[in-house]
Amino acid sequence: MITHTARPLKVVLYEGNGALPLPPEARLKVMTALLDKGYAVSRVTPTSVTATPSDDHTLLLLGTFPQRQAPALEDVTGRIQIETRDITDLDPETVVALVDKTRGDKPMNEPGKWKPWFPVIDYSRCTNCMQCLSFCLFDVYGVSEENKIQVQNNDNCKTNCPACSRVCPEVAIMFPKYQAGPINGDDVSAADHGREKMKVDISSLLGGDIYSALKDRSAAAKSRFSKERSPDKALDERKKCLTKLVSDGFIPMDVLASLPSPDEILRKAEVAKARAAAALAAQPGAQPAS
Amino acid sequence: MPEAPVLLYCRCAYAQVVPSGVKNAVLAQLCESGTSFETVSDLCEMAAHRDPRLQQLAQCGRLRIAACYPRAVTGLFHQAGAPLPEGTEILNMRSQTAEDITQQMLRPADAPLPAPAVAAAEA
Repeated sequence: MITHTARPLKVVLYEGNGALPLPPEARLKVMTALLDKGYAVSRVTPTSVTATPSDDHTLLLLGTFPQRQAPALEDVTGRIQIETRDITDLDPETVVALVDKTRGDKPMNEPGKWKPWFPVIDYSRCTNCMQCLSFCLFDVYGVSEENKIQVQNNDNCKTNCPACSRVCPEVAIMFPKYQAGPINGDDVSAADHGREKMKVDISSLLGGDIYSALKDRSAAAKSRFSKERSPDKALDERKKCLTKLVSDGFIPMDVLASLPSPDEILRKAEVAKARAAAALAAQPGAQPAS
Repeated sequence: MPEAPVLLYCRCAYAQVVPSGVKNAVLAQLCESGTSFETVSDLCEMAAHRDPRLQQLAQCGRLRIAACYPRAVTGLFHQAGAPLPEGTEILNMRSQTAEDITQQMLRPADAPLPAPAVAAAEA
């Protein structure tokens, strides 16, 4: 389950006034264990303070305190509940368990259960051409009130599919969890830009846009249905087309498996195209449609 | 004397795209230093659901971030409605060495950025 709630707990590894410093090895192990469990952790030392305010309702201070006595603390504004725990000599697993217990049953995302996979737009490169909006069949993209392209539905994005990034003519779409550049956000070289301009992507494989290709195949399939009444043949055709895309590594198999039916693709493509056209027409300086 | 920057470390815990040797070494050296710092489990995960803490980080003045590609980090904050302030330094644990990163993260507030990091910060 992906939660969209704010993180329920802010953890502070407190080594400021009134606390003893943690042994360096223990500090690293505790910090690593909490981060790998999905918690955000601040370290506070006497010599410098963190400047980030706490938005969380619960602040959990972990530290090694004299006589192993964690002090009772209170937020003077009354907005934040402050919990304190002494972690002297506790191993990292026990510290994580203690933090989990303090969190209680409040939901939180955890590493390993979900991959944050969604496009990130580099607006310094984006020309608002709307190609991504026209291309994506999963309604990931939308248009702002100012008719600017934006990512609106992260959760609709298909994990490990960077197809929209490949069709972006300006190399402005990144997937930070992707392995290779420039899709991962690495600098865009002139060669990368040239390649994108050449559309070495799905289009070149099918002699046109993938959805147009699927649409054509849908039309062809319909025609065959009328002549041969053989839906199996049409399905075979589509499968061949998709298998090639997968074997060439352009789109993960499970993404293609989740594509809507050809008719639905056609409908969605038309809707997306119309949205993109409307957004482009609404941009300042746009030429009225003839 | 310039304001001391807030140091932020991203663990990239939701995907193994940052070399573990580098991210472990950077965290170890931050922990060994006497300085305060902020850590997050994964900036992408936070940006995915527009975690309000990103906004607070972006508003806390000067920031030095150890994460991944500056273009990606800048985009993540922007997309989450928390554009990074000008002058934010982003160090890339996917391409730089742990030594480079910790040197730059822990340098005094008034020390200039070495040349390659300036380029990264301006990306």
